[in-house]
Amino acid sequence: MTLIAAIRPDEWNFPLFLHVLSAGVLFGAVVLAVVSVAGAGDSRAGIRLGYRSLLIGAIPAWIAMRLTAQWIADEEGWLEENVEAPAWIDIGFATSEGSLLFLVAATVCSGIAARRERAGGLRTATVVLVSITIVAYLVAIWVMTTKPE
Amino acid sequence: MYDWLLFFHLLSAFLLMVTVVTYSAVAFGSVTGGRTLFVADRCWDVGGLGTLVLGVWLALYLDEYEIWDGWIIGAIVLWVVATGLGQSARERLAQADVVDGRAALVHWLRTLAVVGLLVLMVWKPGA
Repeated sequence: MTLIAAIRPDEWNFPLFLHVLSAGVLFGAVVLAVVSVAGAGDSRAGIRLGYRSLLIGAIPAWIAMRLTAQWIADEEGWLEENVEAPAWIDIGFATSEGSLLFLVAATVCSGIAARRERAGGLRTATVVLVSITIVAYLVAIWVMTTKPE
Repeated sequence: MYDWLLFFHLLSAFLLMVTVVTYSAVAFGSVTGGRTLFVADRCWDVGGLGTLVLGVWLALYLDEYEIWDGWIIGAIVLWVVATGLGQSARERLAQADVVDGRAALVHWLRTLAVVGLLVLMVWKPGA
């Protein structure tokens, strides 16, 4: 891993920069969403902030993160035919793609909750769904750094 | 050992992004509760300490890098700048009823410093 980092071609740097940046924005947006919705109580402002954080922050960041992941994997030659991608690539794609479903569901739940006077169930559903994505992203960060074969 | 150092170093950097994203929402005019800003500030405290300590540890641990390499010195300087701007942004934005332009500017400068840190970490100029 250290050797790979040391000899990484310069052409990989830009997609890697965009990938880490978008992943960071995604992580920040989901944590902001869960904290603001969980702490909202009866306040609709907190739920609205969580909804906007998911809609304007997390989902666009997820798209950028996923596209740049594809870009880097392509640059590194992992997407070519007859090339068996290592486990960390498969785990990374699986966690990111699986998390999109939870993100979309959480966005819908928080969007409806933001328009209701009483939204206890939807608020809880949003917190649970976003918390699952946070756990998935922690796994993804671990996999991206340790790179199991 | 290296894997765990890198994992927690990156995780610390992601905690900084929680702060940046939260304060960006404030700078754009979102109404945030005290708890949300409290979490964002603690993320900066933990993430800031983690990135610095683990980053220096990584530089000492790896034979390829030295602590006095230009890009590492540059990263430490940017870290100090980002932390100073963050402190200012925290005071200005957290206490203001309405976000003024100067407070938002301080936050965006801090954000720029964090992005600069990421640029140094990826390109490692001179390494």
